[in-house]
Amino acid sequence: MSVLQILDVGLALLVLAVAVWTIAAREIFGAVVAYVAYGLLLAIVWIRLFAPDVALTEAAIGSGVTGILLVTSGARLKSAGKASAAAKPGLSLHLSAAALSLLAATALAGVILALPEPSPTLAPEARQELAATGLGNPVTAVLIAWRSFDTMLEKIVLLLAVVGVWSVASDRFWGGAPAPLGRANPQGALLLLEQTLVPLGILVGVHIFWVGANAPGGAFQAGAILAAMWMIVMIARASEPPRVNSLWLRLALISGPAVFIVAGLAGIGMAGNFFAYPDGFAKPIILFIEAFMLLTIAATLPVLVAGPPRRSFGP
Amino acid sequence: MTPSTLAGLVGAALVGLGLYGLIVNPQPLRKILAFNLIGSGVFLVFGIVARKGAAAGFPFDPVPQAMVITGIVVAFAASALAVALILRLHEETGQVLLDDENPASLPSEQGAGK
Repeated sequence: MSVLQILDVGLALLVLAVAVWTIAAREIFGAVVAYVAYGLLLAIVWIRLFAPDVALTEAAIGSGVTGILLVTSGARLKSAGKASAAAKPGLSLHLSAAALSLLAATALAGVILALPEPSPTLAPEARQELAATGLGNPVTAVLIAWRSFDTMLEKIVLLLAVVGVWSVASDRFWGGAPAPLGRANPQGALLLLEQTLVPLGILVGVHIFWVGANAPGGAFQAGAILAAMWMIVMIARASEPPRVNSLWLRLALISGPAVFIVAGLAGIGMAGNFFAYPDGFAKPIILFIEAFMLLTIAATLPVLVAGPPRRSFGP
Repeated sequence: MTPSTLAGLVGAALVGLGLYGLIVNPQPLRKILAFNLIGSGVFLVFGIVARKGAAAGFPFDPVPQAMVITGIVVAFAASALAVALILRLHEETGQVLLDDENPASLPSEQGAGK
């Protein structure tokens, strides 16, 4: 066994151990902290699978933003969380759930070991598409050019999630703002973090967006980083979650899918097909679409974390 | 065993672990966490499929990887919607359990709304 193999097995065991902890931890806070660590470890697994784009997304959204969402909501439910300890299910349910889970995991593992060789693949088609777009990162090319329709629909799913989250607001708070993300008097360490990390983070986010055309990165990962920076600012109370009826927020939320649809429709006139990009102009158009997707993702994630409006402002 | 097969088996174990947590944890937030574990296990299975589809000079098939990236974002959006529903349920009823057999078992601790 080489050193790399030993590291692989160690990483796999570590991921599983931390995953067990997210399920077994007594307090929700401990479980969420374990989940964040789990997401970061999983990002290393993704690197080992030659998927740096997925690793960035997993670390930023799967672990980071989901972690913030669950920590803030866990704090809002804190008093109620303890009471539910009484409602633990009995031993028989535990055993049957364990048996069912074991069955599902074993069946899936069997499928993985029996995957066909050689595997079916779309890589040759992706290679052709990549040449047509002028991009260097095949995953970005798949997301924004080849399967752009899927990505556009996914942006609309994000928009629907915002509509869903906002629609659980009480009527009297409609048009108001979500509750603040942080405590009233943030500690000095948090303020220092906000003042030093946020300017750097914005630079890193823009960089990851820009290099995403040719290297690992892109609008999803960069948008998540910018969203995280905005959330740090809100947790440090340097700015408050915006009112849900503010025009600039709504424009930012819809700009990504709107630009995407307009570019797709323009493809009918310019290149003869919905979502076809004219030869030689593919890369500028793709970067233009990605810039607005970046804006939409950076606005949508914090809005989803902040939740529905919970307070109405004065006149 | 190749690193990708190992990652696929980890994915299978995560799906099982998440399924177990989803069933036995009574708290809805813990259920959301468990559901995300299942999701990341499924994504890892996509990862091994992408790795096995290496061809045409790529070390991976970019299509499953792109699907995982959109999938992670959609999973987050679904979690956010679920959290919003739970918080609203808590505001309305003071409860955080999804126990419809015994709805009066918990006294309203925080009171409905604010």
